[in-house]
Amino acid sequence: MVTVIDYGVGNLFSLRSSFAFIGEDVRVTGDIKEIEAAKKLVLPGVGAFGDAALKLRETGIDRILKEKAAENTPIMGICLGMQLLSEVSYEYGKHEGLGLIGGKVRPIKDVAPQVKIPQIGWNSLVFYKKHPVFKYVSDGDFVYFVHSYFFDTERTNVIAATDYGSLLTAAVAAGSIVGCQFHPEKSGKTGLSILRGFCEWEGDL
Amino acid sequence: MITKRIIPCLDVRNGRVVKGVNFEGLQDVSSPVDLASYYSDNGADELVFYDITASAEGRALFTDALKKVAERIFIPLTVGGGINSVDDFDRVLKCGADKVSVNSGAIADPELIKKAAAKYGDQCVVLSVDAKRVDGKFCVFAKGGRVNTGMNAIEWIKRGVSFGAGEIVLNSIDTDGVKKGFDIEMLAAATEAVDVPVIASGGAGSVGDFITLFKSVPEVSAGLAASVFHFGEIAIPYLKQKLKEQNISVRL
Repeated sequence: MVTVIDYGVGNLFSLRSSFAFIGEDVRVTGDIKEIEAAKKLVLPGVGAFGDAALKLRETGIDRILKEKAAENTPIMGICLGMQLLSEVSYEYGKHEGLGLIGGKVRPIKDVAPQVKIPQIGWNSLVFYKKHPVFKYVSDGDFVYFVHSYFFDTERTNVIAATDYGSLLTAAVAAGSIVGCQFHPEKSGKTGLSILRGFCEWEGDL
Repeated sequence: MITKRIIPCLDVRNGRVVKGVNFEGLQDVSSPVDLASYYSDNGADELVFYDITASAEGRALFTDALKKVAERIFIPLTVGGGINSVDDFDRVLKCGADKVSVNSGAIADPELIKKAAAKYGDQCVVLSVDAKRVDGKFCVFAKGGRVNTGMNAIEWIKRGVSFGAGEIVLNSIDTDGVKKGFDIEMLAAATEAVDVPVIASGGAGSVGDFITLFKSVPEVSAGLAASVFHFGEIAIPYLKQKLKEQNISVRL
């Protein structure tokens, strides 16, 4: 059973449908008690970092996520949800993240001034290392991205990158936490296989 | 490398696909779910559902159909047609749309782009523009291409992006339906004017037209078409293979 955190940011229809489609029980909830009791968490999100970080703080979900991470509960951040795992974001100002994975969120423009922003579309994954969540995915497989900012983190945290004017972080992992900059729920069979990998994962390496 | 997207556009009336034709192995070509699955399994990078219904009943049937598609197909879905308010955005997003395309609704009220972008993010708002040459200038047409607004298309696109549109679909009325190729000149002008992705629409008749599009205007992000895909004149896997042979990056 996967618990998708609903904190009023983004559209959770596809995420719920994707887990249901692969036969996984899924609960979409903003209830603190349910999130506290969850065995596996997904932190989604689209929109602006500052607003989303504020909502996590206001609801107290930020504190619970940190506790769950400390207990080694598998947590997957998706898109903005992945960026929220970072320490800080420079999207419209400076905003503090959850600090679960070291690094900062920066504009793609900083490292790739020549490309169109946002990156919208299918791009391929360049794997830096293996990870159980991505066991069904191969180097060069395509996934769907929509983003203007990227997670600048230590190479050791990066599972896969994608080439968009520069090599940008596509997937991160540290301990029981993983994050995808792309949308697995919109990435066809490849994306569903990543969600399946997450459902089968117990947080170990 | 990011790939060029190939996007079939499906017209839907009362929850059924209009102009659906016979595909081998496809039982019901007017079923949005069946046709969407077919395209999703056969190389489409994204799908556009265009609601051409006029009545409230038809609209309800459309959202029902959209929901069924979104529960089964896991590639990006864009919805257009009859989007005039933030409530309309809300209605289709709740049923599983990822992006919403506005056309006449944004012409009538450009603030709609701002309001929707503030609420759902720029990535969610697609500005669809029907443009046609009038006295050598690209003019924006509203109401399905029937009414000349007198607005300059390139200026309108720039304004839309400054208001928060995250993508542009540019449909050239001059080339639409002629099947002699995309409007290279108009598309080049649009891609020069804005930084956000521009999707080419109108004029696809052959594989060669897509090759010409991406070779002549490499800044174009995607090619959108309807009938050439629906009538099986171009099979998307074959099209993508041919694009790849021309060193145009595609998802295979």
